[in-house]
Amino acid sequence: MTRRFAQSNEELKSSMVTNIRKSSGTMPKWAQAWFILTLLVMAYGFYAAMAAPREATMGNLYRVFFYHLPHTILSFVFPYLNCGASFLYLFWRNRNVERAAAADAFALAAAEVTVLYATIGLATGMLWGRAAWGIWWAWDARMTTYLLLWLLYVSYLLVRRLSASGQTAVVSAVLAIFAAIDVPICFMSIRWWRTQHPSAVFGGGSNSGIDPSMVPAVLWNMVAWAMWGAFLIGMRYAIERRHQRQSNAHALGFLGDETGNNLQEIR
Amino acid sequence: MNYTQQVLTHLRKDLRLEWRTKDSINGMLFFALLVVVVLAMAFDPASYPTMTRQISGGLLWVALLFAAMTALNQSWARETSNNVLDAHRLSAAPASALFVGKALANFLFVTAVEVVLAPIFTVFYNLQPLGQTWKLLIILPLGTWALVVNGTFFAALSLRSRNRETLLPLVLLPISMPALLAMIQATTAVLTGEFEPTLWIKVLVAYVIVFTTACVLLFQTILSAD
Repeated sequence: MTRRFAQSNEELKSSMVTNIRKSSGTMPKWAQAWFILTLLVMAYGFYAAMAAPREATMGNLYRVFFYHLPHTILSFVFPYLNCGASFLYLFWRNRNVERAAAADAFALAAAEVTVLYATIGLATGMLWGRAAWGIWWAWDARMTTYLLLWLLYVSYLLVRRLSASGQTAVVSAVLAIFAAIDVPICFMSIRWWRTQHPSAVFGGGSNSGIDPSMVPAVLWNMVAWAMWGAFLIGMRYAIERRHQRQSNAHALGFLGDETGNNLQEIR
Repeated sequence: MNYTQQVLTHLRKDLRLEWRTKDSINGMLFFALLVVVVLAMAFDPASYPTMTRQISGGLLWVALLFAAMTALNQSWARETSNNVLDAHRLSAAPASALFVGKALANFLFVTAVEVVLAPIFTVFYNLQPLGQTWKLLIILPLGTWALVVNGTFFAALSLRSRNRETLLPLVLLPISMPALLAMIQATTAVLTGEFEPTLWIKVLVAYVIVFTTACVLLFQTILSAD
């Protein structure tokens, strides 16, 4: 960035215009290949989930489990990507503005995908609960922890939306660190809570292990949804970067007539 | 001036401001009292002593939490008039001293409210604790500090946001959930005497240590956010 400041205004203007032009294209080839590969793995995962043997007590209804498990596990992974990116943001904030902006975009992308996966995890979990125990929701340890995780990252997204525009990145980075610290504390304390007062609805049902014949379906779906999550984060990151470049250009007032058309195109 | 003196200076300033207006404490006290009365309409505290013992811990903390939130929102607003906050940023004193001073002040305000509210609660809800009541002397300060330390931090975080009053509870409640769980469980343990509060006191201690550290380390970042 310091090097950039040394350039003349004209150079800066043209470099920004090329930046915006460059980012307005379609997905790069490798991303397209990744997307197609993800769809293939997902399709195979679907086949494996449907071809797996029927479960003894729940019949076919248990198959939602193959989608529930990957989403829940991954939604405990993405928060730490968010936290790592937030740390990087705070580190680069006064050192390298461009990298800091990239880290912030990545943190946002990871948080959004966390909320998405956690929502799907909650929804499939409720479907499972309805089929297995006859109720949609039980305040057992796992569900409560998971609901809190969801609440934390929804509040993170709300803060991003509500905070003053100049400090969104700092405020949300700090909040992301707090949230990431909070997740394990939540996890432990709720486990103690529920072991102290055993819940009436079920005992240790989801922890009883799975039949070896179901393992391939679980693994394929894990891989598929991890790839899909990575793809979504990448897409969301690219969109957010584009958004940042646009608002930078707007803020500097460099978008004259010659880029005005270009801007329409991007939108 | 060493760090402790700086913290004490900030604390003295906040206490003096509060002493002159008494806005926070009066507001909190009346608000908490109102919550206690409103909750008494949700159930009949006098006729069901066992149930009252079981849920009073939760009700007390909910009343305190809401009351504290009204005061926390105001605690930084005081610093914004005449650009005092900018002066704090320019000051040579470390930002965390400002934070610790203010958190301590808020802690004292909420504790003052608790001192008044606890007897009222006992009388209105006809409470007869069955556990060891002296343990409340550990649980109440720990729980209050857990609420106030994060509350003060997030109030500063949402200071310049578009709608400060809405933002604070949205951030504070999810983060405080483990602490709330621990303080409610510990208080319930003392009131009902059915189980030991030791585990929950430990959780509270861990929570307080972890988040006090995080707040002190990150406050500089928040103060110079833009």
